[in-house]
Amino acid sequence: MLRLPPFAYWSPRSLTEAAQMMAAHGPDAMYVAGGTDLYPNMKRRQFEPKHLIGLRRVPELNEFSAEHGRGFRIGAGLTLTQVASHPLIRQVHPALATAAALVSTPQLRNMGTYGGNLCLDTRCNYYNQSYFWRKSIGFCMKKDGDICLVAPGSSRCWAVSSTDTAPGTIALDASVRLVGPQGERVVPARALYRDDGMEYLAKAPDEILTEVIIPPAKGLRSVYLKLRRRGSFDFPILGVAVALRQDGDGTVRHARVVLGGVQSYPMECDDAEKMLLGQRLTPELIDAVAQAAYKPAKPLDNTDMAHGYRKKMSKIYVERALRTFLTQ
Amino acid sequence: MTNHLNVVGHPLPKVDAWDKVTGQTRFADDLVLPRTLYCKLLRSPWPHARIRGIDPHQAQALPGVFAVITGHDLPVKYGILPVSQDEEALALEKVRYVGDPVAAVAAADEQTAEEALNLIEVDYEPLPAIMSIEEALKRSDVPIHDYGDNRNVHKQVSLEFGDVDGGFAQADYVREDMFYFEGNTHLPLEQHSSMATFGPDGKLTIWSSTQTPHYLHRALEKTLGIPRAHIRVIATPNGGGFGGKSDPFNHEIIVCKLAIQTGRPVKITLTREEVFYAHRGRHPVLMWIKTGVKNDGRITAMDFKSFLDGGGYGSYGVASTYYTGALQTVTYDVPAYRFRGLRVFTNKPPCGPKRGHGTPQPRFALEVHLDKIAHDLGLDPYAMRRAHIVPDDSMTINQLHVTTNGLGQCLDAVVKASGWAEKRKPESAWRTTHTEQGEAARTLTSERGAGNATARPGAEKQPYSLPSPATRPRGIGLAGSSYISGAGLPIYWNNMPHSGVQIKIDRGGGVAVFCGSTDIGQGSDSVLAYIVAELLGIEPKDIRVITADTDLTPVDLGSYSSRVTLMTGNAAIEAATKLRKILFEVAAEKLRVPPESLSAKNRLITCEDDENRVLPFVEVVQMAEARHGTLGAVGSYTPAITHGKYKGSGVGPTPAYSYSACIAEITCDPETGEYTVDKLTLAHDTGKAINPLLVIGQVEGSAYMGLGEIMMEEQVFRKGLHKIPSMLDYKSPTTLETPEMSTILVETLDPNGPFGAKESGQGPLLPVIPAIANAIYDALGVRIDEVPATPEKILKALELKARHEEPRIGPKRIPDYAFPPPLKVPPLPLKVKEASPLVTR
Ligand SMILES: Cc1cc2nc3c(=O)[nH]c(=O)nc-3n(C[C@H](O)[C@H](O)[C@H](O)COP(=O)(O)OP(=O)(O)OC[C@H]3O[C@@H](n4cnc5c(N)ncnc54)[C@H](O)[C@@H]3O)c2cc1C
Ligand code: SF4
Repeated sequence: MLRLPPFAYWSPRSLTEAAQMMAAHGPDAMYVAGGTDLYPNMKRRQFEPKHLIGLRRVPELNEFSAEHGRGFRIGAGLTLTQVASHPLIRQVHPALATAAALVSTPQLRNMGTYGGNLCLDTRCNYYNQSYFWRKSIGFCMKKDGDICLVAPGSSRCWAVSSTDTAPGTIALDASVRLVGPQGERVVPARALYRDDGMEYLAKAPDEILTEVIIPPAKGLRSVYLKLRRRGSFDFPILGVAVALRQDGDGTVRHARVVLGGVQSYPMECDDAEKMLLGQRLTPELIDAVAQAAYKPAKPLDNTDMAHGYRKKMSKIYVERALRTFLTQ
Repeated sequence: MTNHLNVVGHPLPKVDAWDKVTGQTRFADDLVLPRTLYCKLLRSPWPHARIRGIDPHQAQALPGVFAVITGHDLPVKYGILPVSQDEEALALEKVRYVGDPVAAVAAADEQTAEEALNLIEVDYEPLPAIMSIEEALKRSDVPIHDYGDNRNVHKQVSLEFGDVDGGFAQADYVREDMFYFEGNTHLPLEQHSSMATFGPDGKLTIWSSTQTPHYLHRALEKTLGIPRAHIRVIATPNGGGFGGKSDPFNHEIIVCKLAIQTGRPVKITLTREEVFYAHRGRHPVLMWIKTGVKNDGRITAMDFKSFLDGGGYGSYGVASTYYTGALQTVTYDVPAYRFRGLRVFTNKPPCGPKRGHGTPQPRFALEVHLDKIAHDLGLDPYAMRRAHIVPDDSMTINQLHVTTNGLGQCLDAVVKASGWAEKRKPESAWRTTHTEQGEAARTLTSERGAGNATARPGAEKQPYSLPSPATRPRGIGLAGSSYISGAGLPIYWNNMPHSGVQIKIDRGGGVAVFCGSTDIGQGSDSVLAYIVAELLGIEPKDIRVITADTDLTPVDLGSYSSRVTLMTGNAAIEAATKLRKILFEVAAEKLRVPPESLSAKNRLITCEDDENRVLPFVEVVQMAEARHGTLGAVGSYTPAITHGKYKGSGVGPTPAYSYSACIAEITCDPETGEYTVDKLTLAHDTGKAINPLLVIGQVEGSAYMGLGEIMMEEQVFRKGLHKIPSMLDYKSPTTLETPEMSTILVETLDPNGPFGAKESGQGPLLPVIPAIANAIYDALGVRIDEVPATPEKILKALELKARHEEPRIGPKRIPDYAFPPPLKVPPLPLKVKEASPLVTR
């Protein structure tokens, strides 16, 4: 079988201790939460950290709070199962609960965390392969090489943002708290991501994502749709999160349309959002918005299913996501 | 003997069920011996290259490394078929696919072995990689092997039976079609694993997850130069095989060699990625078919061409090539038939036998082709097939003897059970009354707990949650098929039995059954127990089944070609009948009744005319041992097959053909091209169900595998490499994609089968693939003449339809290859009576 490379495992009991351990081991160390993304990657030698700092026993990461009028604070260490089944999250922010529920399999959702999902490595089927395979085809720039195999001639990596929960989290205008040796900061979730398959997070490696802060819903309604080949296991090859706040007469006052799986970062569709504002949903508007949303989607041939197909589906999925607001 | 059966025909648990469900079964990878070394293989990174040199010195020097070997240590070639001895355990001069092993290490642990691999220097001279059938035929300047029927053509076949041109001349309608079946792999849950030891006594033992211990035994003798008398092959219970563990494998030979060199046990378990390289799975096949029919659908002539992409080595490929042309004739009457086929070498992992071996591809082509003909002629696809079924006890034009044919009953059964006649109507209410029920059912079963995370039910299984029902067309499709119950001929020419069974009875009443057969999950150990228990009148639990150990058990050729129930079953009947005769004679004497009046059941031997005259089985056993000495008997089975005498006639004959039918109901999403299979109605002529539960399990397991092939599975390559060698990326259906199945067993009591039984492990896969393809057409009016039929292809076909172009995705041409003129085989007299072997009904 594929074996993990050797490493030391540290189990801090507080945020401070975790940050200290990270500071002590520097670039040789990585954080690990559920390990459902990191361990498979380590087996294939995408990462060979000498030290792993486990976040499971850090109490600050495992909290959930919902204070009236102040929104939700969801600890990054909550498992996807916990997020998916939390009655309040399900009721108030279905896009997030659905996204968490659609990740992978029940077993992996029991292990995998919300924070780990937001920090999920970008994916590419030239990259998510064993060391032997990558060596045979010729290493690419994301790991061990200096070219891109999907887009030869490209100076950047196009690995795909494949996190299910990020589009919903962004659509809900959530923020994330990052705690590092330098102190802590709160940034909008959308600012966590960079348009780069390699340096895909705007977060220092020594910063811990401790919690997600979701503002009060105030009538915001949301939906998440996911394209994948099978009903389980599969990463999203397209994820569509839509959040709308509408007046009593249906006029859209606030809109977010975020696509996952089509770029190296969760792609917010500004044009689509603008077109929705001040309008009431009609089939014609939905069609136009979907058109606008899918234009910038740029799937490449590096995930499951043909990229042309995935591009077409982005339109259909945005349409379908918006149509749910017609019937709700 | 009465006709009443006490064990056979009853839905009993498998004899190994308790071990399996409690995790006690010891698969090869569970075995541990003291001082075991671990083996890893260095594999080629090139699809095609010459090896200029290998330097193992640095690896040898690494602490913890006990041996490093290369092709020079194992220079003898081998291969499953005598005509294709083209494999080397470690490539000597050339590598032929990415993953072809070139060196092996035995080390104290896997990590060290892995490290050592990185220290082996191999100097390759890359050669152009041949990655498709067309390229193989075009690039005759780049030969992959230096043997075969033509440059890069491993095997070519050209046969003609009856008056084909005359047949076409009589036809009212002639249709031609082309199809492509992408290759796919077995995906057994258990990865291949082997462990070998070489004792100080000079004897070698290997435990291996193999379906064919006997053939491995022979290959080890050949490659290692050790007499078979000193080699013991033990096939461990297989965690699934499906044909993927039927070849002798390089890693098996290598661990033996390393055990000999180091004097320590050596073990290997392939990684999942390596299993994709070991492969031997379904061949990609490009096909062309032309059929002439009368207006009522009766076939007057058929012409068939197949082009197989064989991968880097021969494997079972010669047989696979013949199989793509053999069984077209045993379902519906074909009075004149021409078959031309070839298999090319390419630089991919070798293809071989996967469940249905060489026949699912042509069956897909044939059943879709017939569906098209039915539509062209305005006939009901069921009625058209039903009217022209090959009769019982008949000889096909290519000289295959059909003993019993239950296809008609199978078709009738699925048509009735599915409501075909009503649903097929364009105006049928069924076509529009789908939706939420099916969806809700799926949602409930899918991923419980998380399924209701959204406000809307149904969101878990998108994308059908949104469009209106009117945009979700449903379709229904049908297909029939046939498969063999064991190849009529062994893999290597010999005139010995195909199966042997030995039975020993203990004084305490315990019965041990020894047989070389290998249980790969299909239940062959259980079948032995049921049959012997039935004949001796005891319980399966009283029987210890000892199988697949070349030191202990008589030869059985292996778990392939669906041969085991029929052949070991007949051998077991012979052995058990001998013992029963002895027991009945002794009992009859004691009870003072004629032996014919006795029956055995419930651990008693009873006089049927006078139930008070009865003796316990154990007592009779002791009396018999006192009289005759140790109680034991052997039985064996050789198929009595009068196969044709032309070259190539060895592939296709069998003691009994099984038959299957399937009706698939699907719901489509025309905006995305996705579809769900809502229901499969299956019927299978299994001759006689020795255990109906096991047969249903085989039918449904086969159907599930066929579902994966048509919906998504494909072994595909990019830049010379397997594109997706992992269980996450090689898409195989989950329980969520698996529909409700309703299975009907048809029993035709074949004269050649034990208690009338035929196979059930492979055949039921066959009709599922074309039935779903036909259902797609019924739903959307588009033809996907390729396997798999993916959403991308369906969407493309719908776009063609919208543009008023031919709504079809499929090959548009076949290579124009100059086949040799066909060997013309004259028809045989219609009926051949043959000596039936043991018949026990
Ligand atoms: C077969 C399979 C299928 C999968 N399918 C899906 C899918 O459908 N959708 C999907 O989105 N994902 C999928 N995944 C990926 C993964 O299971 C999930 O994304 C999961 O949520 C990751 O969380 P984790 O806690 O296990 O992360 P880990 O593996 O522990 O960590 C992932 C990365 O995040 C970093 N990290 C984790 N927590 C923190 C933190 N609090 N602060 C800072 N950095 C952190 C780690 O250092 C690491 O780099 C799949 C994985 C597998 C193996
Ligand atoms: S997109 Fe290019 S560089 Fe990035 S992982 Fe894939 S092949 Fe490598």
